[in-house]
Amino acid sequence: MTDSVANISQMIIQKLLENPKVPRDISGDSRIVEDLAFDSLAVMNFVMEIEDTLDVSVPLDKLADIRTINDLAGCLHSIKAEQA
Amino acid sequence: MSVGLFDKYASLKANYDSLMASSPRNPFGVVIERPLSATVGIIEGRETLLFGTNNYLGLSQSTDARDAAIKTAQTMGVGTTGSRIANGTFGLHAKLEEALAKTFQRRHAMVFSTGYQANLGTISALVNKDDILFLDADSHASIYDGARLSGAQVIRFRHNDPADLEKRVARTANHKGARLIVAEGIYSMTGNIAPLNEFVEIKKRHNVPLMVDEAHSFGVLGTNGRGVAEVQNCEKDIDFIVGTFSKSLGTVGGYCVTDHDEIDLMRLCSRPYMFTASLPPEIIAATLAALDELTGRPDLRQKLQDNAARLHQGFKSVGLNTSNFISPVIAVTLENIPQAITFWNALLEAGVYVNLSLPPATPDNRPLLRCSVMAAHSAEEIDRAVAAFGHIAKELGVTA
Repeated sequence: MTDSVANISQMIIQKLLENPKVPRDISGDSRIVEDLAFDSLAVMNFVMEIEDTLDVSVPLDKLADIRTINDLAGCLHSIKAEQA
Repeated sequence: MSVGLFDKYASLKANYDSLMASSPRNPFGVVIERPLSATVGIIEGRETLLFGTNNYLGLSQSTDARDAAIKTAQTMGVGTTGSRIANGTFGLHAKLEEALAKTFQRRHAMVFSTGYQANLGTISALVNKDDILFLDADSHASIYDGARLSGAQVIRFRHNDPADLEKRVARTANHKGARLIVAEGIYSMTGNIAPLNEFVEIKKRHNVPLMVDEAHSFGVLGTNGRGVAEVQNCEKDIDFIVGTFSKSLGTVGGYCVTDHDEIDLMRLCSRPYMFTASLPPEIIAATLAALDELTGRPDLRQKLQDNAARLHQGFKSVGLNTSNFISPVIAVTLENIPQAITFWNALLEAGVYVNLSLPPATPDNRPLLRCSVMAAHSAEEIDRAVAAFGHIAKELGVTA
């Protein structure tokens, strides 16, 4: 799998759907806090899982600007590109 | 229409209202009318066993510390009215810094007005926006707030997981700025003890300095009470040790000890050190007296360990879910918030005060009944607390 933003977004959705509490109808435009009912700690812990899959580290300040799954995918993509 | 100042707290208010509707009293508004001793206080007019005060050695009620405070207040007054870098450094502040450096066998010590400010002031003096901080995911709020104040990039690693830390440190090998790893000795919510000796190996392999907050372990662990680093024999490889006076020393304030000679530069760029009044002289005098007691009475530490083991074993024997670490912080993990609120209220009505800790301030999103044991507790007091826990747990169906 190439690490395009779309692929990363799809991977995030798959991971989220492994959690039975997450609504089934999520998309890249779903808002992580409002639509998924994640609190700040849940967001940070979920991002840690994604970090391991992509072998990147996301500084906490970057999370402040992330609203949707696609935002998170874009952020991970740019960090991965910087680290390459 | 503009948004009101408190509109952003709508969800907090809903949670708070729901908590208050289900609890006969505010768990975050308990008033200890007065302490009768280190282990017993008057709450709601009743004598109540104190199992949630972090007063590990019982020194908040030390006769020597109290007498030193009285004598100093009589001779020096009750405040300094100034910052450490202006008129707020008395001879006593310098004396306490020397005593702390000697206790930790370090070249330097820096005293802050609270433990919270010690973390804020140390972290923000050491790193800035060009740097990276590696924080244990379960770090205390003062560490996260220090990180925010510093502006450094924050990378969290999994709690107490050296392999996870190393992976994250390795990913930043090409980073241009400075890096700093931050961990705690004993974690305040769960009592978990950090594998500092393993973190030291990582810091050496990757050449990244390490800061450790021993707030809950100073005076508690180690032959000389110097905490987890002393127990794990890795003190010299830890660059900065931070801690507080408000746990085992029984007063208020915080410190950072180090062998780095740049400490005087830190004093000039640490805003939480500079822009606040220094500790009043009577507090410094009481802290010096308590420090003498802490270092000179290893029997207190032994008693504390015995008491921690007794409480831990007691909880296990009645079937409660606690961490496997035996430390003076012992948390009972419950499954849901309503159960925790009912349990906590029943304990207080049975004459036992503990801390109620609710998510998201707890790991794993589960509520905790957080207990801290003291050297001053008698075996009988511990057994009474265990019996109350056991009885209530059975009544609520928490245990069989």
